[in-house]
Amino acid sequence: MSETTFKIQRFNPEKDKETYFQEFKLEIPKGATLLDCLNLIKWTQDGTLTFRMSCRSAICGSCSVRANGHAVLACKTQASSVAQNDQVTIKPLGNMEIIKDLAVDLTEFWKKVEAIKPWLMPDEKKETQTTERTQSVEEFLKIDKASTCIMCSSCYSDCCSMAVDKSFLGPTALAKAQRFVEDSRDKETISRIKELSEDAGIWDCTHCGECSQRCPTEAKPLDRIVSLRTVALNSGVTNNYGARHAKAFVKSIKSSGILNENTIPVASMGFFNIPGLLSLIPVGIRMFLKGKNPPLIHHPMQELDDVKRIFKKFEEK
Amino acid sequence: MKYALYTGCVAKGAGRELLTSTYALAGKLGIELVELKNVSCCGAGVITEENPELADALNARTFAIAEEQGLNILNICGTCQGVMKKAQAHLDNDEDYKDKINETLKEGGHEYKGTVKIKHLLTVLTEDLGLSSLRNKVTVSLDGLKVAPFYGCYLLRPFETSDLDDPDNPTAIEVLTEALGGTSIDYEGKLKCCGFPYLMMKKKQSITMAGNHIASAKKEGADCMVTPCPLCQLSLDPYQPESAKEIGQKLDIPILHLPQLVGLAMGLKPKELGMQKHVVSTNKITAKIGC
Repeated sequence: MSETTFKIQRFNPEKDKETYFQEFKLEIPKGATLLDCLNLIKWTQDGTLTFRMSCRSAICGSCSVRANGHAVLACKTQASSVAQNDQVTIKPLGNMEIIKDLAVDLTEFWKKVEAIKPWLMPDEKKETQTTERTQSVEEFLKIDKASTCIMCSSCYSDCCSMAVDKSFLGPTALAKAQRFVEDSRDKETISRIKELSEDAGIWDCTHCGECSQRCPTEAKPLDRIVSLRTVALNSGVTNNYGARHAKAFVKSIKSSGILNENTIPVASMGFFNIPGLLSLIPVGIRMFLKGKNPPLIHHPMQELDDVKRIFKKFEEK
Repeated sequence: MKYALYTGCVAKGAGRELLTSTYALAGKLGIELVELKNVSCCGAGVITEENPELADALNARTFAIAEEQGLNILNICGTCQGVMKKAQAHLDNDEDYKDKINETLKEGGHEYKGTVKIKHLLTVLTEDLGLSSLRNKVTVSLDGLKVAPFYGCYLLRPFETSDLDDPDNPTAIEVLTEALGGTSIDYEGKLKCCGFPYLMMKKKQSITMAGNHIASAKKEGADCMVTPCPLCQLSLDPYQPESAKEIGQKLDIPILHLPQLVGLAMGLKPKELGMQKHVVSTNKITAKIGC
């Protein structure tokens, strides 16, 4: 069996000015996980190699690292599956500061989870402390997936929005928020969704799908974020840029079947958002001069009546 | 080869050069396109946020119309492709749900049966037409041109419904570029988000995201970037001056639509491919390959 080169990013704040890569060669034992390999390297080659680990069973969420650029839970990943041409590059998770080698500082991550008030706020008036708070199967299924999250922060690491805005609540906290917003026993749905609709909340996600792709459980944060947006749109929490954009988009399709690119930017910005509207002018002129602007007269689709009928059918529901 | 062309909204709006170049390329390659004109927007992942079933119904209607014509759908927008494949999976994976959605289409005389295939131009070129066939048709080699592929989220994720063989390590644009004589380059932002979805709402973040990707392509020596998604093109091209200013770097990297890159190699003139409409001039690259 051939050896695999583990190219591991190292950093010791006590002596290194910047990160560097060190190569370790290892014959991957049959069935070994990436965590098994990291342990073997630590035990047999370099005891100073630092990484987090605990349960080795994909429960505790401690051992996430980035393999070939993507976050993985090391104990749930077969080492052979990430080795490409007998090589694998291991880096610490992204979007967080490095403490040492593969261990990152999770302080901000946990602050954001705490910020969404991750506890049940039931209606105490209706129920006494001694009453069980029961849920139907359907009610439970709405929060079942989010509750499988093991807080491994893989999604947070690979989130593209987080990469350009560290204030974003991020996929883990938002997935956790959905677990409470849609919990039938919680009475703070509206106040929660209002808070989550503020800047750095549910509308700051770009829908890139990386979070769900890197999630090692069924929590799939993007699906949870979409679910929160649905709650916001259908409960009238729409006085914010994201919801305005979504509403304007749907309205445009309903009225002409296809998107009217002339009206969408204005509706998304808000009609009274003068600085926002002014910021559209330079790019508008640039596109107009090149003939890249949308046609000034917007033509609706053919057979629009049938699409309007479908819209109406769903509105009646 | 005949397909039902789903143009999507952008190719009819701020990205009309995509439609121009698609038709020019299809003509050159002998691909017959029947434009679907009586279909709605795919919803772009937005309608589904307000009402998931409505979004699936609108897409099911589009699928049914293509099926009625006995044609498979060809998408030229990565976002439409991703959204449609996801909607199709919802319908195909649950018979009861499909029946329920079909019930809403009935009055309009449509029924989604589940026979239509949905493909993006990229895989039509690499799989249906095939690389060797394309290679034989090259009249202007892209020799010396360094092309940075920018895939766009919707063509890749979720992997389960992606059009590509290996969406975590895709090679379709790379092998296509090489078949045309060009050189594809690898870079940090290749599989990342262009920032378009919140361009109108979070401009600073969005243009930073786009700027970082363009800068990383430039750092690896790219002459241009090519994308199979017109939303990515809108984010990377018209806003490039703002992106450059935001990240404090000179960028000036032309952003081509996929059929423009292929079209150039097939001997089509830049004007026939609508390249004069780009905000970042494409003159540097057309001069480089001599057309």
